[in-house]
Amino acid sequence: MSALLTTAVDPAAAERAAAMTMPSPELEVWRYSRIAELDLAAFPPGEARTTVIGAEVLPAADPALVARLVAGMAVHDIFDELNAAYHQTVAICVPAGKVLAEPIVVTHRIPLEDSGRAVYPRLVIHGGQDSEFTVVERFESHLDAQALIVPRLVLHAEQAARVSYLGINLLGDKVWQLGHQQATGERDSTTLLATVALGGDYARVRTDARLVGQGGTTKQVALYYADGNQMHDFRTLQDHIAPRTSSDLLFKGAVQDTAKSVYTGLIRIGEDARGSTAYQTNRNLTLSEGAWAESVPNLDIKTNEVKCSHASTVGPIDDEQRFYLESRGIPPEVAERLVVLGFFDDVLGLLPVGDLRTDLRARVAAKLQRRLPEVHA
Amino acid sequence: MSTLQIKGLVASVAGKQILNGIDLTVKSGEVHAIMGPNGAGKSTLSAVIMGKPGYEVHAGQVLLDGVDLLALPAWQRAQAGMHLVMQYPSEVPGVGLTDMLTEAYSARGRSTDGLAAAVADEAERIHFPVALLDRSLNVDLSGGEKKRNETLQLALLQPKFAILDELDSGLDIDALRDCSRRVEDATNATGLGVIAITHYNRLLEELHPDHVHILVKGRIVASGGPELADRLEVEGYEAFAGPDEQPVRAKKPALDDLFAL
Repeated sequence: MSALLTTAVDPAAAERAAAMTMPSPELEVWRYSRIAELDLAAFPPGEARTTVIGAEVLPAADPALVARLVAGMAVHDIFDELNAAYHQTVAICVPAGKVLAEPIVVTHRIPLEDSGRAVYPRLVIHGGQDSEFTVVERFESHLDAQALIVPRLVLHAEQAARVSYLGINLLGDKVWQLGHQQATGERDSTTLLATVALGGDYARVRTDARLVGQGGTTKQVALYYADGNQMHDFRTLQDHIAPRTSSDLLFKGAVQDTAKSVYTGLIRIGEDARGSTAYQTNRNLTLSEGAWAESVPNLDIKTNEVKCSHASTVGPIDDEQRFYLESRGIPPEVAERLVVLGFFDDVLGLLPVGDLRTDLRARVAAKLQRRLPEVHA
Repeated sequence: MSTLQIKGLVASVAGKQILNGIDLTVKSGEVHAIMGPNGAGKSTLSAVIMGKPGYEVHAGQVLLDGVDLLALPAWQRAQAGMHLVMQYPSEVPGVGLTDMLTEAYSARGRSTDGLAAAVADEAERIHFPVALLDRSLNVDLSGGEKKRNETLQLALLQPKFAILDELDSGLDIDALRDCSRRVEDATNATGLGVIAITHYNRLLEELHPDHVHILVKGRIVASGGPELADRLEVEGYEAFAGPDEQPVRAKKPALDDLFAL
């Protein structure tokens, strides 16, 4: 086992957490969220079953390096402190110049017997100079497990490193997820932060992608699809600190039945980040009349000589597309499946692990098939 | 031998009555051209026959071998043997031609064995670039490529009747010739019956109609052989407007008419 795997209780962090209050939905970053429904006391700390595959080829992670990266992580709320207090850490440190052809896969699973627990996985990823690799993090639970998962990701790409991360939420629909990810890219590095969210009851991921070295690039991609009473909630930051940095974001989601989704994203171009480019696109399909999606793009630009754009859409399946397919003799439910899979096709193509696409397409199609018939008054 | 009968068709869109009683019978292998000025109801006629949402039928019937198409949803009209080549084919992002044809075949209970080869053959026949076959439907295609793609689908799906809604708009002369020849071949090979809707004679020089109908203000005001198109060329639509009606002038040549010269 070359990925550092530790479980710890940090009493100081637990004490700090105990002194903090729950975030209020009045705060912009928690606006539209379901945080007010959470009874945190009902979920004492537990442990997820975590496995790591593909890290055998790596030397042992340097504990001092891991500690330094963790210390650099911003603390925004009680959940960050709780994770600091009860974290289960997996550290993946890829040495300079190393290129891994196969992805490293980290899986966290909550079995039925751990129902009623809160688990706090922490994943630390360090890409040494000019390294190149992909890490996949899977979140799974027993279908009947009722639990809270509070994952944290710290990702650091050194100069010219190319680091891809894909988080896949396949949690059962009684599990809450409150995720926070922080990625930092040094000079000429490339980071890809991808998310697939299909599971969870209320599943939230906050992603802060920081570009601290000039010439750095970061991409964020997400595919999310909520049905039943699920809610997916994304908060993204494209944070340009150094000059000539570039970021691109494509988030595509669907909601059906009475499900909800929220996307709020901020592009922040700092005073020193001249010559930067930043793009942000969020598109949402509403597949039932009772479903709801919110999309809130924001820009905060503090220098000139930058190129920025954002686009966001929320709406049902396009009637013209549907009619085009139906006019070829394709039944409505098949036409909708084609349009929905087609809608997600570009994000599927951007995911760092190509051989997952067939499985993900099947999962999307299965969700669409489960859609409840519309009830008209 | 199949028959498509349109009887006393009255229809409106957005509360405005556009079709005021259309009667037309088309048999297998026949090519009927419907010519008319802008606003005459040409595109409404094709949308109503194919079952596009947003149109309301107030009277009349459309029978395909006795089956009332108007009682069926669009996809069942297509399966019954009706096909629409659209004037502006919709872009469907992320859905490839083969994905769509696979579903269209499966829905008809047709085997998809050899579909890829059949698509490649048709693409070559109609000069649709094979490199574009993997593109999403109609996304980033030129006007000519879209119409070749539409015609390719028509050839593979082998309907009994096809409506060509302004096949000639946005088409250069080479593409127009390729598409027209492919349609004409289908009329001979599979007995395809055709309703070709157009503003201009240009299409009719490539796709030789057996019958020409003049549509003005939602009514067919004259029917005849190909010579009717020649008369129209000389006299304009004005000559065909009823005595009590405001003359309807032929539309001034649009950009895509430049190729007609």
